[in-house]
Amino acid sequence: MLVYTLKRLLLALLVAMTVSAITFSLTYLAGDPAIAMAGETASDADIEYIEKLYGFDRPIVVQYFEWALNAFQGDFGQSFYFRIPVADLLLERLPVSMTLGVSAISFAILLSIPLGVLAAMRPNSLLDRLALGISVVGQAMPSFWFALVLIVMFAVWYPVFPTTGSETWLHFVLPTIVLGYYATPAIMRLTRTGMLEVLGSDYIRTARAKGLPQHVILFKHALRNAVIPVVSLAAVQFGFMLGGSIVIESIFALHGAGYLAWESIGRNDLPVVQAVVLVFSLFYIVLTFLSDLLNAWLDPRIRVG
Amino acid sequence: MKKFLAASALASLALVSAIPAAHAGKADDTLNIVWERELENVDSYFNTAREGIIVTRLTWDGLLYRDPKTMDYVPLIAKSFKWVDDTTLEFQLREGLTFHNGEELDADDVVFTYNWVANPDSGVKTQRNVNWIKEAKKLDKYTVQVMLKEPFPAALEFVSGSVPIYPQDYYSKVGPDGMGQKPVGSGPYKITEVEPGRKIVWEKFDGYMKDGPKGTPTIGKIVQRTIPERNTQIAELLSGRADWMWRVPADQADRLKSSGKVQIVNEETFRIGYITMDAAGITGDTPLKNPLVRKAISYAIDRKAIVEALVRGKSQVVNSACFPSQFGCETDVTKYPYDPAKAKALLAEAGYPDGFSIDFYAYRNRDYAEAMLNFLSQVGIKANFGYLKYAALRDKIRSKEVPMAFMTWGSYSINDVSAITSHFFTHGKDDLALDPKVKELLQKGDTTVDSAVRKQAYSEALKLIAEQAYWLPLWSYNTNYAFSNDVDFTPTSDEIPRFFTASWK
Repeated sequence: MLVYTLKRLLLALLVAMTVSAITFSLTYLAGDPAIAMAGETASDADIEYIEKLYGFDRPIVVQYFEWALNAFQGDFGQSFYFRIPVADLLLERLPVSMTLGVSAISFAILLSIPLGVLAAMRPNSLLDRLALGISVVGQAMPSFWFALVLIVMFAVWYPVFPTTGSETWLHFVLPTIVLGYYATPAIMRLTRTGMLEVLGSDYIRTARAKGLPQHVILFKHALRNAVIPVVSLAAVQFGFMLGGSIVIESIFALHGAGYLAWESIGRNDLPVVQAVVLVFSLFYIVLTFLSDLLNAWLDPRIRVG
Repeated sequence: MKKFLAASALASLALVSAIPAAHAGKADDTLNIVWERELENVDSYFNTAREGIIVTRLTWDGLLYRDPKTMDYVPLIAKSFKWVDDTTLEFQLREGLTFHNGEELDADDVVFTYNWVANPDSGVKTQRNVNWIKEAKKLDKYTVQVMLKEPFPAALEFVSGSVPIYPQDYYSKVGPDGMGQKPVGSGPYKITEVEPGRKIVWEKFDGYMKDGPKGTPTIGKIVQRTIPERNTQIAELLSGRADWMWRVPADQADRLKSSGKVQIVNEETFRIGYITMDAAGITGDTPLKNPLVRKAISYAIDRKAIVEALVRGKSQVVNSACFPSQFGCETDVTKYPYDPAKAKALLAEAGYPDGFSIDFYAYRNRDYAEAMLNFLSQVGIKANFGYLKYAALRDKIRSKEVPMAFMTWGSYSINDVSAITSHFFTHGKDDLALDPKVKELLQKGDTTVDSAVRKQAYSEALKLIAEQAYWLPLWSYNTNYAFSNDVDFTPTSDEIPRFFTASWK
C-alpha cells in the first residue's frame, strides 16, 4: 500500500511538472511578456528596458528551469505586475476561491442528492418531472446570465445581498447559488439513475421484505451504493469550481484565484500564472486521490481490487 | 410544520439584520468610485494603466500642472518657472508646502525625485516619462534647476504630468514597495488604505495649498473599488452603492440615461484609431507598397458611417496621424472621404482590378474591425482577419509579420504630436513606412525649442504621411461617464477624471 501511495505521489508530481512546463511555453508563445508588462503605449526603449530588467532576453529553457528550481523550494518569485511575492498574492486570493468552491459544492450536493433521491422514489411522478425541470434549467442557463438576474433581483430591486466583495458570508450567498446550481443537474441525475438501479435490486427487496423502515432502506442501504459514482463526479466538479469560477468571481468582484489567473494570462504575468496552475493541478490531483480513497471506503470491492 | 415556519422566520430575520448598510454616498460624504482594472501598484512610477494616472493626480503634485481646459502649463508645486537655455529649466518653488505625513516639501525633495527617476537603475516602468532628464540641481531651499539631456520641447508636458514629487526622507526609507503599500504625496487627497488591486481609500488633505490650480477639494472621502464586470458596476450604480463609473458602452449608456437614476456625460478622448499599412515592404512584397493601393483602402472605408453607427458619442473622424488638439497636429492634410468607385479605379490603376487578399489584424473593437472588413470586401479586397491579444499583436508587428492592422494609440494623454506621430514614424520597430524625409522632419520638430519651427516641421511631416497614405487615421474615441445625480463632475478630453474638482450637488 505504501509503495502504491508513493508511486501515485511521484506520478502526481510528474503530472504537475508537465502541466507547468506546458503552461510556461504556452504563455510565452502567446506574446512577449515585456510588451504586455510595458503597457499599451510603451515605446521601444520601455520594452527593451523591461526585457533586460527581468531577463526575458535569455533562452526560454533557462528561464523555465530557473523558475522550476525555485518553485521546488517553495519560492514562486515575484509577480511581474504587482511587484509582490506570488506566495503572498496566492495566500490572499486562494481562501476566497476555496470558500466559494466549498460552499458551492455543498450547496450543489445538498440540493441535488435529496432531489435525486426524491425523483428516484417516484419515477415519472410530478416530483420527478419537477426535479428534471430544475436540472434542465440549470444546465441550459448560462451562469453569467443567471448571476446578473440574481444581481438585479437581490441587489437592485430588493437590496438584500451585497453584490461585490468578499468581506462577510453574505457576500458569498449569490455566487454560491450561481456556481452551485451549475453543478446541480449532473449530480442530481447521477443520483437519480444510481438510486433507480439500486432500488430495483434484490437486496433492497430483501430489506423491504424484512420490514425495514423506508428511511433506513433509502439512506442506509440504497444511497450508500448509489452515491459511489457521485463522489467521483463531485470531486471533479469541486476542482472545476476552484479554478473555473472565473466568470462568477469576475461578476461578483470576488478577486479569487481563478480570476487572478485569468487576468494574469492577459498581462503575461508568468510567475502568477505558473503558480496558480501548479497549485490548481495539485488540488485536482489531491482531490482525485481523495475521491478514490472515499470510494474505497464506501465500496469494499474497490478496496479489495 | 409550525416549528419549521418559526425557524424560517427567525432565520430570515437574522439574515436581514446582518446585512451591511449600503454605502451612502452624499449622506456620509463618501464618493464611491468603481472601475474595471486591477491597478498593479499605487506608486505612480511603477504602474502603466490610465487608472494609475488618476491615482497620481489625486495623491501627488508635480512641479507644473496642465490646465485641462486651456491646455496651458501652470505652476503647481512651483511658483514660477523659466527656460534658462534649450536644456535647462529653472523652477521657483512655493514655500510652506507639506507632504501628507507632515514632511516639508522643498528643493531637496524635488532634486531627490528627479535624480532618482533619471537613474535607469531605479526601475521606473515607463522610461519615456523620465529618460529625457539629465539631472537636477538645488540652487537654494526653494530654487531648482532641471537639466535635459538634449533640447526637448515636450519636457513641460512630462514635468506637468509624469514626474510627481516624492518625499525624500520617507521614500529613501521605504522604497517603491513601501510607497505602494502606504503612499505619501502632497496632492489634494491622501491615501489611507490600499488593498492591492482591489480597493483604495482617500481622505481630503486638509493641509493642501489654498490657491493652487487644482483648486481645493470638497468631497471628504473617496473609496475606489475594482469591479471587473461592467454589468455589476451598473447594478452597483443603480442600487446607490457606487456613485461613479466610466467607459460605459454606448447602448448601455442610453438605457442608463433613460432610467433617470444617473447622469451620463460623454467626452472625446486623446485615443485615436488607425490602420497601419506596410508601405516599406517590411513583411515582404505586398500590394501595400504601392501608394495607389493604400489610397484605395483609405477611400474604401466609410469611417463616418462607422463613427455614427458604432463608435458614437463625441467621436469624430480624424484625417491626420494625431489627435486634433495636440500641439503640431496639422489637420489641413490630404483627406480620403468615402468613395468606393474611386477606390476601385485606383486599385485597377495599380494593377489589381479584381482586388487582392491580405492579412489584417486587430486587438480591440471587433465590431469596428468587422465593419471595415465589409467595406474592404466591397471593393474586392479580401482581408484574412486575425484577432489577437494586444501583447501578441504588438509582438507580431514588431517581428515584421503584420502587413495591415487596426490599432489605437492614446498618446499617454500628452498634448503634443511627439507622443504619437514621432513615435510611429521615426524608424522605430512600430514604423512600417520608413520614410527618411518624414523621420527628418519629425526629429527636427522633436528637438527644436522654437514653437514656430516645430509647428512647421510637424505640419510638413503630417502632410507627407497623409499624402502617401502611410496610415489611415480613423476616429477619435470617446468615453461615457455615468454618475449619481448627487455628484457634480466634469470630464476632460485627456481622459483623466479629476475627482479633486468634483463636488456634491
